[in-house]
Amino acid sequence: MIEEAVIQRALGAALTTGGEFAEIFAEDRLSSSAFFDDGRVEELSSGRTRGVGVRVVVGESTGFAHTADLSEPGLIAAAQAAASAARGGGGGVTAVALDRHDVAAPNSVKTAPEDVAKGTKVGLLTRADEAARAVGGAITQVSARYADSRRRILVANSDGLLTGDDQVKTLFSVGCVASGDTGMQTGRESVGHTVGFELFDQVTIEDLARRAADRALLKLSARPAPSGTMPVVIGHGGGGVLFHEACGHGLEADLVAKGASVFAGRVGEQVASPLVTLIDDGTMPTEWGCFAIDDEGRPAQRNVLIEDGVLVDYLWDGLRARKEGRPSSGNGRRQSYQHLPMVRMTNTYLANGQDDPAAILADTPTGVYVKELGGGQVNTATGDFVFGMTEAYLIEDGALGDPIREGNLIGNGPEVLEMIDALGNDFSMGSPGTCGKDGQGVPVGDGTPTLRVPSLTIGGTAA
Amino acid sequence: MSGPSDRSTELLDLADRVVERSRSGEQLEVVVGRDVTTEVRAYEGAIESLTSAVSHGVGVRVIDEGRVGFASVGSHDPVLIDEALAAARDNASFATHDEHAGVAEPDGVSPPDLQLADPALLELPTDRKIELALELEDAVRAADARIVGLESADYSDGISEAAIVTTGGIREVGYETGASLVAFALAGDGSETTTGFGWSVGRGADGLDPQSAGADAARRAVRMIGSTKPASQRTTVVFTPYVTAQFLEILASTFSGEAVLKGRSLFADRLGEQVAPAEVTLVDDPTDPTAFTATRMDGEGLACRPNVLLSEGVVNGFVHNSWSARRMGEASTANAVRAGYASTPGVGCHAVRLVPGSLDHAAVLAHADAGVVVHEVIGLHSGVNPVSGDFSTGAEGRRLSGGQLGEPLREFTIASTLQKMLGQVVLVGGDVEALPMSATGVSLVVEDVSVSGA
Repeated sequence: MIEEAVIQRALGAALTTGGEFAEIFAEDRLSSSAFFDDGRVEELSSGRTRGVGVRVVVGESTGFAHTADLSEPGLIAAAQAAASAARGGGGGVTAVALDRHDVAAPNSVKTAPEDVAKGTKVGLLTRADEAARAVGGAITQVSARYADSRRRILVANSDGLLTGDDQVKTLFSVGCVASGDTGMQTGRESVGHTVGFELFDQVTIEDLARRAADRALLKLSARPAPSGTMPVVIGHGGGGVLFHEACGHGLEADLVAKGASVFAGRVGEQVASPLVTLIDDGTMPTEWGCFAIDDEGRPAQRNVLIEDGVLVDYLWDGLRARKEGRPSSGNGRRQSYQHLPMVRMTNTYLANGQDDPAAILADTPTGVYVKELGGGQVNTATGDFVFGMTEAYLIEDGALGDPIREGNLIGNGPEVLEMIDALGNDFSMGSPGTCGKDGQGVPVGDGTPTLRVPSLTIGGTAA
Repeated sequence: MSGPSDRSTELLDLADRVVERSRSGEQLEVVVGRDVTTEVRAYEGAIESLTSAVSHGVGVRVIDEGRVGFASVGSHDPVLIDEALAAARDNASFATHDEHAGVAEPDGVSPPDLQLADPALLELPTDRKIELALELEDAVRAADARIVGLESADYSDGISEAAIVTTGGIREVGYETGASLVAFALAGDGSETTTGFGWSVGRGADGLDPQSAGADAARRAVRMIGSTKPASQRTTVVFTPYVTAQFLEILASTFSGEAVLKGRSLFADRLGEQVAPAEVTLVDDPTDPTAFTATRMDGEGLACRPNVLLSEGVVNGFVHNSWSARRMGEASTANAVRAGYASTPGVGCHAVRLVPGSLDHAAVLAHADAGVVVHEVIGLHSGVNPVSGDFSTGAEGRRLSGGQLGEPLREFTIASTLQKMLGQVVLVGGDVEALPMSATGVSLVVEDVSVSGA
């Protein structure tokens, strides 16, 4: 992307005002998408962004500048802007010797998206529409989206690091509207992996579309969700959102350092039920949140955060790790070259338990079974978090009862973690997600086996 | 530094050069944007980070024989723009023919006379921006002994320019500036930590008030200390202006002409029907100079204008871009919205507000008498479905009894449906609050909402 000698001179320029650390992050991102709605291939879209972000650290201060101008003068100007933003005492001429160090990706890409004809991609959309509409006349609207991206990054810093990554992702989603006497309801399904077009060797578009349609139809006959606290069984896969919100964000070292986390100062303590072993793993092959290196050039890692209920460690980026004199955990990520890296999750999941998932349900006389979650949000300082249920059922006499309408569940992270009293042996990963923090979105995965929380608040309307 | 007018001319020229290359029978729409931003984050009396950036890009939409293709590039490099034009043309060849596709037709409406830029911002020294961020942090810490820290104290500003030129005769350029201070405070009494935020916004930095923004953040955090979880009940809720604004942003999406045409709007078949009490008049008015998201032209280059969505509780009309208008057999209401140069024009509201009532906040609380006052909501994206209307969000607030604020409450949800809540509005307050959002805040009293807690 950029010549090594140019990078060296730009890093030198970044350190002229006394910076202790300087970094060049270059990115070239190609994306394409096709959108089908209302019976038509509505639009195909292509995008390209490329540019460089330069970061300079002096003491507690970070200066950052970015540019889309990849020429040497453009790079030097950005380096000088970042340097002037972070002014130190010293300065002068610093020579940086770079040592190229590449890291193998968690998986290879078989069919690069740019090698697939647009007509082939568009063909997937019409298949989804047909399959969803064939589910029944109550399916009144279908949309489908295909999207791929290829993100090539280069990271070089004043410690001499020079490395790069080539990240290819492919996503497909279907959304349906069902209409009936009770109004309209929606159903959505998506699949996404850090792979190329070979995604569709494993995924049958028609199955995905039918699941989305079935979910919309199911909710036409759904009852209002209950209101109040009760036992909640959360299904495997997408239920992992619970941990992303209930404790994942609270384990991010930047929030911990500012006292904005209920988990601050609790390493070594029992913070969850002994059933809970929580892992964040950027190396999981093909998962939505995997990569070879993070956006600070650190190789992806598998990090055990909570083991048998005991808090083992937080998640770290390079900046926080430097301050603490420890290595980064490979969790420094950014949305694009226009953003500063922060501590972010990758693929966050709860390890398998021992219980038969059917037995967990049978052992729950009444409550709610949440089969699919639809995202959530947390206040890390109070620990209060919500997550949405997009497919859920009442539990009656230990069996699934009527479906219920959408709504949020609310709980407090540390309390919910301690309460978990059953954990299944049916672990799976859920749907691809985009995690938002401080205005930046990054791709993440999550997963869980079936589990039970004896008391959670369901935000419905039925008494 | 060259003045904004020279810079804007540059953008128009760039767009012109692409549009000139249109082929016979082909429509082109070219959007060129440039943003200059600065962000300063203060922490413990020092600069935690300072970001200065220029970003620019071009979006090209091609409509060829009723087929739409789009491409964008985050650069003004002519070679990359050429690639984008070629990609957009190629993309169009795979889309389905749509007789209603096309660029907007100029309609002779003059853009509103709005002053959306403060030229002084261009000259504001970085040191002053740093000072404001540091003052904001100090103001939070000094406001109350129970403040235990901050998650962030940020100054940010932006100078944003965008030009749009089409083969259909649209040729417009816009120039806006904005500056803001936002603080997230942490308060506590040793046993728990609570949060609150405060802000101050303006077109330039002159009107920014770090003292009031900091004090607001502190007050919002401190008032939540000692909060408990309420019992589940059906009760009256009072939305504070910030919560109402979030509710209105979601409600406004159901008035999209595209949602109506595609069978995704609750109100599709209810034009002319009473869906709310007569106190409720909802307007999308980007020509209101006090609106944070006031704007002169829409995403297709048509002059913005006010549109009444609900008139005294009756569904008055839907909003359109040129595509949804053509398909509906109506004129565009200038409601094409796009998220920058990299997105195509969808349909949406620009700046919605409720026509306010006459009571101040204290009188609103007295009128509501008893129930729950909602200060903040979370999980709107996961618990609100604007197609079905199902509404459920996490909430924080205070108990209301005898018209007086009582103890702080948290870890509960409020739930109903959008349709039902609109019908159960009993009062629109007069306590209008300008917010850094696409809706104006005002208190709203809604009856018979489910509060789920202990």
